[in-house]
Amino acid sequence: MAELDFNIDERVDITDVVCPMTFVKAKVAMEELEIGQVLAVTMNDGEPVQNVPRSFKEEGQQILKLIDNENGTYDLIVKKVEE
Amino acid sequence: MAVDYAALKKGGFMRQKQKNHFSLRLAVVGGNLTVENLRKIADVAETYGDGHVHLTSRQSVEIPFIKLEQVDEVKEELAKGDCKPGVCGPRVRTITACQGNQICPSGNIDSYDIAKKLDERYFARELPHKFKFGVTGCQNNCLKAEENDVGIKGASKVNWNSSACIMCGVCEKACRTDAITIADGKIELNEDKCNYCGRCAKACPTDAWETQTGYLVSFGGLFGNRIYKGEELLPVITSEETLFRVTDAAIQFFDDNAKPSERFRYTIERVGIDKFKETIKEAYNG
Repeated sequence: MAELDFNIDERVDITDVVCPMTFVKAKVAMEELEIGQVLAVTMNDGEPVQNVPRSFKEEGQQILKLIDNENGTYDLIVKKVEE
Repeated sequence: MAVDYAALKKGGFMRQKQKNHFSLRLAVVGGNLTVENLRKIADVAETYGDGHVHLTSRQSVEIPFIKLEQVDEVKEELAKGDCKPGVCGPRVRTITACQGNQICPSGNIDSYDIAKKLDERYFARELPHKFKFGVTGCQNNCLKAEENDVGIKGASKVNWNSSACIMCGVCEKACRTDAITIADGKIELNEDKCNYCGRCAKACPTDAWETQTGYLVSFGGLFGNRIYKGEELLPVITSEETLFRVTDAAIQFFDDNAKPSERFRYTIERVGIDKFKETIKEAYNG
């Protein structure tokens, strides 16, 4: 067990959209990044936080951390490892 | 000569309102048809029917407006496209299934494979009344397992592997039953709350949740004139061998105990749920 270190390169807020646009918006933001860069995705509790991490995994990206902002939102930290 | 409607019904020919016309039900497993099947069905519907087909509520296909005198010819024609007539009446009906884990990202089991094996084992078996099996791949329950006499639901039994875990926190939120808690650098799984959906394992970025394929089986569902939700009476089953031992025991219990025209649910109630539980527990334990 080892927590992973990271530096955030870009941020995207998907709290203003609903499924299925949540992942679409997050994915579009990810496309702007270079391989090896790290994206922080701010999302709402509930469906987005249940589903968006898994969608990134299925796309082959590397999830590093899910941070509870304690205001009803979460930041998902994802490293781009695939185009 | 009098028309033997029972024999026709057994062979999938359903009598229509219109005199001497039948709606032919085909044998379909798990809702899958090949293009070869579909082409032949289209040809037969055009040549012998009225140019349309009906998709039944349980994943079968019916070709309406087949004329009595052409029944044998239609069967021969369908056989050329590898299509077989289905069944109706007091026997094991179409085995229904979702797409399962060969297609669907949520699936925990290969539903179609299980459906084919159930079909080989039981399809058209003569019983005191109709008997329906349905196979669904996961807790999303697209195939509605509990409305069947015997329903099978794909499950995932999970176990946390701490060495692969990066403590990201994704699984705690992916879980819909609050079975996972993270505290002091450790993950706790509350097995009483876990519903074996497998969402934690599917979401985990480092595959730190090890999974074992499982089956949750429900018994005695009805969804017709009377509605009753099938009940899960056993712990999660973790081998195919055990699964089929349990389904064998359930169907045999029905065959041995049911009165004519009595659905499984009412046989279980009349004979006693404790007696039924005893039977399937014995099969479960091997």
